[in-house]
Amino acid sequence: MVRTGSVAVLAIGAFLGAVPAWAQDSIKIGVNEPLTGAVAASGNYVTNGARIAEEMLNAQGGVLGKKIQLIIEDNKSNPKEAVSAAEKLIVRDKVPVMMGAWSSTFTLAVMPKLIEYSVPMVVETSSSGKITTSGNPWVFRIAPTSAMEARAFGEKLGQLNPPIKKADFLAVNNDFGRGASDEFRKMLEAKGVKVGVTETMAPEATDLSAQLARIKQSDGDTLFVTTGVEQITLVLKQAAEQRLPHRIITTGGSSSPDQLIAQAGDAANNSYHILFFAPWFPEKAVNPDIAKAFVEAWNKKGYEFAGLTEGFRGYDGITTIAAAIKAAGKAEPQAIRDALWNTKVSGVNGNIAFTKEGPAGKESGQNQPNIYIVQIKGGKVTLP
Amino acid sequence: MPEFLQHLANAVVLGGTYALLGIGLTLIFGIMRVVNFTHGELYTFGAYMAFMLAGLFGLNFFVSLALAATLGFLLGALIEFTLLRPLKGADIDTTMLVMIGAWIAMQAGQQLMWGGVAKSVPNPFPTEPVVLGPVSVGPIRLFVLAVAVVLLAVFYLLINRTKLGVAMRATFQDPDTAALMGVNNGLMYTLTFAIGSGLAAIAGALLGPIFVVTPTMGDLVALKAFAIVILGGLGNIPGATIGGFVLALVEEFGAGYVSSGYRDAMGFLLIIAVLAVRPQGLFAAKERIG
Repeated sequence: MVRTGSVAVLAIGAFLGAVPAWAQDSIKIGVNEPLTGAVAASGNYVTNGARIAEEMLNAQGGVLGKKIQLIIEDNKSNPKEAVSAAEKLIVRDKVPVMMGAWSSTFTLAVMPKLIEYSVPMVVETSSSGKITTSGNPWVFRIAPTSAMEARAFGEKLGQLNPPIKKADFLAVNNDFGRGASDEFRKMLEAKGVKVGVTETMAPEATDLSAQLARIKQSDGDTLFVTTGVEQITLVLKQAAEQRLPHRIITTGGSSSPDQLIAQAGDAANNSYHILFFAPWFPEKAVNPDIAKAFVEAWNKKGYEFAGLTEGFRGYDGITTIAAAIKAAGKAEPQAIRDALWNTKVSGVNGNIAFTKEGPAGKESGQNQPNIYIVQIKGGKVTLP
Repeated sequence: MPEFLQHLANAVVLGGTYALLGIGLTLIFGIMRVVNFTHGELYTFGAYMAFMLAGLFGLNFFVSLALAATLGFLLGALIEFTLLRPLKGADIDTTMLVMIGAWIAMQAGQQLMWGGVAKSVPNPFPTEPVVLGPVSVGPIRLFVLAVAVVLLAVFYLLINRTKLGVAMRATFQDPDTAALMGVNNGLMYTLTFAIGSGLAAIAGALLGPIFVVTPTMGDLVALKAFAIVILGGLGNIPGATIGGFVLALVEEFGAGYVSSGYRDAMGFLLIIAVLAVRPQGLFAAKERIG
């Protein structure tokens, strides 16, 4: 009894001692990612990237003489949980700035809270156009919109051999999937490519045979797939089972090709993937030194190599936030937001800077990222 | 026409696995009258066990399947013994709450143990599909269908044609009379729950290699299992089997010809329609659970 009591007193003492020290020495950054549920793999990868940024920044002495401290919340791959996580981060942890929330659907759900509490958020993954065009002045997106991705892909259309004659779409039935298939359809039609069927799938659907059977009947030659890596794995496996003749191209940058090779095996061969970072070829990045250092730090931590194509988002997001805090001179939401407009960061994807998008007076920040196309060939990732 | 045939083939293959889920739950929910929220978790458990045995320990795939089913059977027995047995005679609400608690605890446990990132179960089947005219099916799916059909037949015979089956049914119809006839009621409860759980685990172990294994994979599956059981009529094994195939057909053709975005909604629309017309389910003559 005496023993338990003294341990408790010690614990309370340590706790009380720790809290003020924390408050003085660290700047909190909220991270709102899907660590569990349907898109958990991606959320974990992004969070790992964020942790690397935290460590690197702190190793260099932190920001404004204080350590950076990530407060990581799991949004459970669920928009309702994403809102609760954001509210918890803002109200209880009092974070002056956040990064999140991976899926467009989660980010869109969180956005009204940013206005309600006047806290800025850097969006690291979501690609739905709506995020930066709905008039939310607290949103700063480093990820490309689906429209940007489609446009950039359109410029590389000539690299595909044989060229696309008729394209079909299979997209997850949410803001991300529907947004991307709309933008790619528009882009392809403008380039004179015929468009066949567009099929959708629920985010947690595992059996996609009905959709694939229908796509098979459209005499298209290329299938654009937009969803997370878990569902892409299933699409590749089931497409092979049904002998789908299409060339498969995934959009959205969340395909983690190495995970596909590991989990879909031969079925992953000959698929193309649009990515925003190609860790196999860091020398091809806009900032090769930063890309190499990031890949090195990732490998040193023992994280799965497959996660790098998503992990960089977390790294770039946190580095951007840290740069804004530094420029703001204080860790306050309003000051950080103002500073984000002038923040220029050399990131893993490329040079990050925000331009205004959306209705005048309430613009959101949008970065202009780079895209890469890779192909899986013989169980290896190659540049086509 | 080729599209129709492919949809039909897909539905039959999917229906086999749905039926397998349905019969496991119909034993527990239909015969024992326990609203078993852990059914989906036993499915997930089976899939993770297959991943652990075949993927991590490198055991033979078929041995892993059998072991996963056995472990599911034992876990089911444990759940019955520790959670349900003390609640004997308690009302359905209490039991339901306990089972909801067990469901959440099991899902969280699986999360903790395996992490949120999806796993895939290695299997010896070639990815090259079996092609019959316009229809092509993965060999592993045919294997799953075959196993499902065998298990359906075995359990139909077990419940309807063996002494054990009679004892099981008697226990849940009238425990006192059954006990007077020399049936060990406690054993029957444990056994029935364990068998139902083992069936869920083998369904998970069979489907794990086709899909990917995640901690939340059981949620939608459990919902569908309930739907299948209610569709087919409680406690009715042929009913659950047919219910499984009907659900698969409706989902597949609904997704193929109406809208793929509402695939999962199709099945539930069907159930609402069936319950409106035949509240006791398609194949049950008896009353439904209160």
